[in-house]
Amino acid sequence: MNPTTNALRAGLRRGAIELRATFTNGQDLWTYFFPTVVLLIAVFWMRGSTVPGTDFSLGARTLPSALGMGLLFGGLLGLANQLVIDREDGTLLRAKAIPDGMLGYLVGKIVLVSAVALIGVVIQLTPGLFFLDGLRLGDPGAWLTLAWVVPLGLVATLPLGAVIGSLVENPRNMGLVVMPIFGLIALSGIFYPINGLPGWLQGVAQVFPLYWLGLGMRSALLPGDLAAVELGGSWRHLETVGVLGAWAVLGLVLAPVVLRRMARRESGSRVAARRERAMQRVG
Amino acid sequence: MTVVELPWAAASPRPPDEDLVLDVRDLRMRYGAVDVLRGVDLTARRGEVVALLGPNGAGKTTTIEILEGFRLPSAGTVRVLGTDPARGDERWRARLGVVLQSWRDHGKWRVRELLAHLGDFYAPYATDRIPRPWPVDELLETVGLSAHAGSRVARLSGGQRRRLDVAVGIVGRPELLFLDEPTVGFDPAARREFHELVHRLADLDETTIVLTTHDLAEAEKLADRILILAGGRIIAEGSPDQLARRVAGDAEVRWARDGERYVHATADATAFLRDLLREHGDRIRELEVRRASLEDAYLALVHEEETGIRTGRAERVWQQEANR
Repeated sequence: MNPTTNALRAGLRRGAIELRATFTNGQDLWTYFFPTVVLLIAVFWMRGSTVPGTDFSLGARTLPSALGMGLLFGGLLGLANQLVIDREDGTLLRAKAIPDGMLGYLVGKIVLVSAVALIGVVIQLTPGLFFLDGLRLGDPGAWLTLAWVVPLGLVATLPLGAVIGSLVENPRNMGLVVMPIFGLIALSGIFYPINGLPGWLQGVAQVFPLYWLGLGMRSALLPGDLAAVELGGSWRHLETVGVLGAWAVLGLVLAPVVLRRMARRESGSRVAARRERAMQRVG
Repeated sequence: MTVVELPWAAASPRPPDEDLVLDVRDLRMRYGAVDVLRGVDLTARRGEVVALLGPNGAGKTTTIEILEGFRLPSAGTVRVLGTDPARGDERWRARLGVVLQSWRDHGKWRVRELLAHLGDFYAPYATDRIPRPWPVDELLETVGLSAHAGSRVARLSGGQRRRLDVAVGIVGRPELLFLDEPTVGFDPAARREFHELVHRLADLDETTIVLTTHDLAEAEKLADRILILAGGRIIAEGSPDQLARRVAGDAEVRWARDGERYVHATADATAFLRDLLREHGDRIRELEVRRASLEDAYLALVHEEETGIRTGRAERVWQQEANR
């Protein structure tokens, strides 16, 4: 068999095995469900409030926005975290030591991280249906929109995650990545519309993928007339594709270069040095 | 510092040799202003077990990592399975086995699952002579992990984990296997089993094995040839027995006579004893003759290299090497 095809298949199996392992691990499950629980509680309490200028439930607006945020967390932070951890514990070096191992490793990670992100969407969406009104899940149009927003969101965020995961050497420094993302959440209208923000701040928010991930998910799950309260008064699908597409292209150009550089430098003594540092942190 | 010329290394280039699995000439590595490797020459033939000994910081790991293709050398010629590791492709990679020092990777995986998965990558690289990968059940049996096939990797003991590392290193039936400190954490029984495995790989499968270790007894048991690396150079090379004899050719004779103890170093212990017994006969008690061990040889060589003080014993190594 062709080695590349063989490695791709092995990568798919790797993703499946790691997925099963992660969903039978109590600690991992808690990490997946915890944000969902927090979000659902927040949404539940917002239920009584309405989106300004409408009588639509603010909670029902927040849920799809948060699903968009979940894609960013899952795709970008998920993959970055995996790369940082796998470099520290030697998984990546192991992959490097076997033929076509890096290809298999990467395919496996993409499968794992995407699946976890998708499952996260389902976990958050399902209970929301029981106490939130107005989400148009029965509408085939909603699923059609989800069918391009979600994959596009992952393609825009996964390569960025690969870049960040390759550049961050110390797991502790992941905090430096998470902090600006929290700032971005406030700017991007996830929990509250940003129509009231100054124009330049709205401009900043619209440079980054998070705003568009939230908007895309809202456009899929909210009734059409709610587009009126968005910036520009429409769901702006074209712009969504444009901005997310641009991030995807940027990431896909950068990621192979940065990943290759990172993988090339990986060796036993680097892993040992990292472990040494980790021991010092603990001890 | 005196540079010891290796007489045979200066000779005309050796003819290409099919059996030469490893061929390294004048390997140099410099980090910033520090020379870690200063002209290392080493070779290994098919089926040979070569042990790389040396104090911490001598450059063992750097050397191995260059040979594995994980690190680029500053200068020198390196041929591993006929290929420069810096340009080694996946086909080349498939012929190598690497047993890294033990990490914590794949903790959530089950033992059989991990070996089967990693083995899958080798399937396209099977040849008529070498079927790849090693069937998992057989491999588990070989490294003594059959009973733990279904265990999660994170739950293995230190010794079991190390056996898994070895299994991962040989799952592709490598032609050349690198073992970095392979038996750390092994109990005596596991150590013996591991030694049997190494012999089996080298003798039956003609696997060439390069191992680093701090355990001199292990090097003595396993290696056909020992290379001592210190200060970034190979300071001595030979079979364990050759090394021990060459470095400290003198034997130490101890005895007691009339309540007093004596020690005498001699190159010809037999002749000395004959004279001693002829002269003093029954008055000699507690007679003991001690040959230099590999450990003595190692410590003497490394000490000379590190202090720059030549007691003359290491010089003798080179002279004998030249006369060989």
